[in-house]
Amino acid sequence: MIKPIAAAVAAVLLVGCATGQVKDEKGASTTTTKPSWLDDPYPSTYQRVPSPPVLITGATVLTGTGTRLDNADVLLQDGKIVAVGTGLEAPAGATRVDAHGKWVTPGIIDIHSHLGVYPSPGMSAHSDGNEATAPVTPNVWAEHSIWPQDPGFLTALAGGITSLQVLPGSANLIGGRGVTLKNVPSTTYQAMKFPGAPWGLKMACGENPKRVYGNKGGPATRMANVAGYRAAFIEAADYMKKLKKAEGDGKGDGDTKRDLKNDTLAGAINGDIRVHIHCYRADEMTTMLDLAKEFGFKISAFHHGVEAYKIADRLAADGVCGALWADWWGFKMEAFDGIQENIALVDRVPNGCAIVHSDSEEGIQRLNQEAAKAIASAHRAGMDIPPERAIRWLTSNPAKAMGILDMTGTLEPGKMGDVVVWNGNPFTVYAKAEQVYIDGARLYDRNDPSRQPKSDFMLGQRTSTGGVQ
Amino acid sequence: MNRTTMTKALVAACALALSGSVFAQDVLIRHAKVHTATSRGTLDNADVLVRNGRISAVGTGLAAGNAAVVEANGRELTPALFGGITDIGLEEVSGEKTTVDSSQSLGAETHEMAVHPEFDVTLAFNPASVLIPVARVEGLGWTMLSAGPTEGGSIIGGQGGVVRLDGSMDPVGPRALFVSIGSGAASMTGNSRAAQWMVLDQLVDEARGRISPDSKFALLTPAGRKSFAQFLDRRGLMVFNVNRASDIVQLLRWSKRQNVRVAVAGGAEAWEVADQLAAAKVPVFVDTLADLPQDFDQIGATLENAARLRTAGVPVGILGAGSHHARKVRQMAGIAVANGLPWEDGLASLTRVPAEAFGVANDFGTIAPGQRADLVLWDGDPLDVTSLAQQVWLGGQAVPMRSRQTELRDRYMHAPNGLPRAYPAGSE
Repeated sequence: MIKPIAAAVAAVLLVGCATGQVKDEKGASTTTTKPSWLDDPYPSTYQRVPSPPVLITGATVLTGTGTRLDNADVLLQDGKIVAVGTGLEAPAGATRVDAHGKWVTPGIIDIHSHLGVYPSPGMSAHSDGNEATAPVTPNVWAEHSIWPQDPGFLTALAGGITSLQVLPGSANLIGGRGVTLKNVPSTTYQAMKFPGAPWGLKMACGENPKRVYGNKGGPATRMANVAGYRAAFIEAADYMKKLKKAEGDGKGDGDTKRDLKNDTLAGAINGDIRVHIHCYRADEMTTMLDLAKEFGFKISAFHHGVEAYKIADRLAADGVCGALWADWWGFKMEAFDGIQENIALVDRVPNGCAIVHSDSEEGIQRLNQEAAKAIASAHRAGMDIPPERAIRWLTSNPAKAMGILDMTGTLEPGKMGDVVVWNGNPFTVYAKAEQVYIDGARLYDRNDPSRQPKSDFMLGQRTSTGGVQ
Repeated sequence: MNRTTMTKALVAACALALSGSVFAQDVLIRHAKVHTATSRGTLDNADVLVRNGRISAVGTGLAAGNAAVVEANGRELTPALFGGITDIGLEEVSGEKTTVDSSQSLGAETHEMAVHPEFDVTLAFNPASVLIPVARVEGLGWTMLSAGPTEGGSIIGGQGGVVRLDGSMDPVGPRALFVSIGSGAASMTGNSRAAQWMVLDQLVDEARGRISPDSKFALLTPAGRKSFAQFLDRRGLMVFNVNRASDIVQLLRWSKRQNVRVAVAGGAEAWEVADQLAAAKVPVFVDTLADLPQDFDQIGATLENAARLRTAGVPVGILGAGSHHARKVRQMAGIAVANGLPWEDGLASLTRVPAEAFGVANDFGTIAPGQRADLVLWDGDPLDVTSLAQQVWLGGQAVPMRSRQTELRDRYMHAPNGLPRAYPAGSE
């Protein structure tokens, strides 16, 4: 990805660093120059579930790279994808999965979820997704709101979701940090935290901040929205200047009090934290592209973007993805121009990056069907999109926008063993994820009750058949 | 186009739309896979003859006479689908209050319950709403308008009715009274669902004249008493928004005690009391996507709800996905089928079952002689997300397969021709 104002970013990389003490694997203390915004006092404790090798045979395989392989095999070992091809040999002790007539895809990735921060049941005590007390809160981290017992993680797993980004809501101009999770049942969010995934920064355009703060001191208008972003980034730039000066004085970060708000924004400017912007209208997205240039940050994706089709060329030229619904529209004024071909029109542009996202505990269970709707609408409009292309909308494209494409999002040797075995072509209403593998381990199986996890919350309820069925 | 000619064009378009079947052309749809949604089931390679806006014959080898012939080539033909229980034509933009007419909150400033069963949302229906063509091109022909309970109103939302999505303005068939009970509505009855039965019993007493209209405890206006009485003694249908199994059981007891005909909307836990619902012949309009405990009334939610209800003999309809996303009903039926509901029952949940429940089955909801010719020809399985409607007929008239959304699509699909896109395509 091309960073805007690359030289400036490089300069910041050199000087915007705090000196930190970390211990290497042997326990020896070493000095590093990691920026303070990359400090993670809440580190991932994720451990893959051990599994013998798995050889999936005879499937129609969509690799996520744009390729379709018929009657192909996928070999998983030690948590990784080892090989994809035909006639693969099963290593000793391997489990064989006969997938003739079935389809295999990379694990599905949802770039926009509020699972855990707006969990089920949607009690007032569970409403942890918007810090709607001030319009600029880059200091808050969505991960600190996550309730890992949200049963929605497990229904999402049954829909093939292996990774997801949990974001703060859209009440605020700058809502805070989002976190990427591996969708494994867990008692703590740290044990779900995707190792090595960058954080996201959630921002929001348009009606929501206006509505929430219009009678609470503002912003009350779109122009005040933009003034709010600019003020925040000016402060962050000033903060970075102070960090640089402290570094120049040889005093390290001792002189500059750490500021969590500016820390996160500095991380965004520096390209370490991915910027994800809730934005519906074409004109507002374009304003945000200008804002990004003004302050030297890169927008990873516009989320919702119901008017992305109006500026598909510009999005592709700026290397910004559109994380979109198949057909949502009309629930508010800025969503009035939604059309069913939005995803296809963003996708068809050279270097276009279309993503199917959910923003919904229902939608995340069937992103494959959302993509199927987009394919059908595109077909009606004269655009034929084969499955091997469409699968990228829910695998490699979100992985790219989330900064985890080098680890997951395609079926390529060396990547995480995040794989879904479908009962057939995934792009139909009758499709079901039969098996879901995360890092090579079968963590969901529709035909094996021993691999159907249940949230603590659902234990002891009088019904044993609700939930994941 | 200047303002005057635009107005003239609009008037002309509206006149055309409102006249509906007056201009209907006789048509023979030939060689279709006809899903009748009746006991005749699906007829392969069958013909449907439409005369004067109604179905005149269903069979094989029908003579066209002077009717226009549509060759279906084996594609699937269904009745125009039920769009769910929605606010189509009652709201244009959900977030903009001035465009929303689906509930009343006359008591909002008084902190008193304002019970108005005489509130009839069909009077607010706007047949020119842009939502209507958006729904129609997806094969939806009609919807049940609901009156939503809201703070400042009461658990009695008011009356809704069936409207057709053909540009006609007036509802057809009887009105239904919408009522909400359970945790979501408890704030309107002193924060206890137990008080909901207290209030409902009182309304019955008032409507039956057991409480004097002059009583200081009376909740209903004279018009309200009259309206509510029309739904007693099984003369009208009360549609209850309710999810928890025990609340549904209480509803069945109440409906028996007070002699009220009811339907369930939502019914996340309805499958748990399916036998009782079947015995009482109560139809359930299911949210087939609900499989999470969204609140404590829905702990038992499961994707198999529709299938289990049907197995027990309960008539199952699709609840719907709201107004703007009404087109999602086909996916909702398909998901029910993917989770055990027989395909024929999936189609019935969008055709015959809602038509029977809402008292319009003599007019539409099936493909049979005498029925209104509300038909859809599909490019594939009508319950699958991979398929789309190819042509919709309402009252025998082929409707334009255009909407505001197809207009937007076509404006932005193609490169502009030198002028900004706001100019008509083809202008130089």
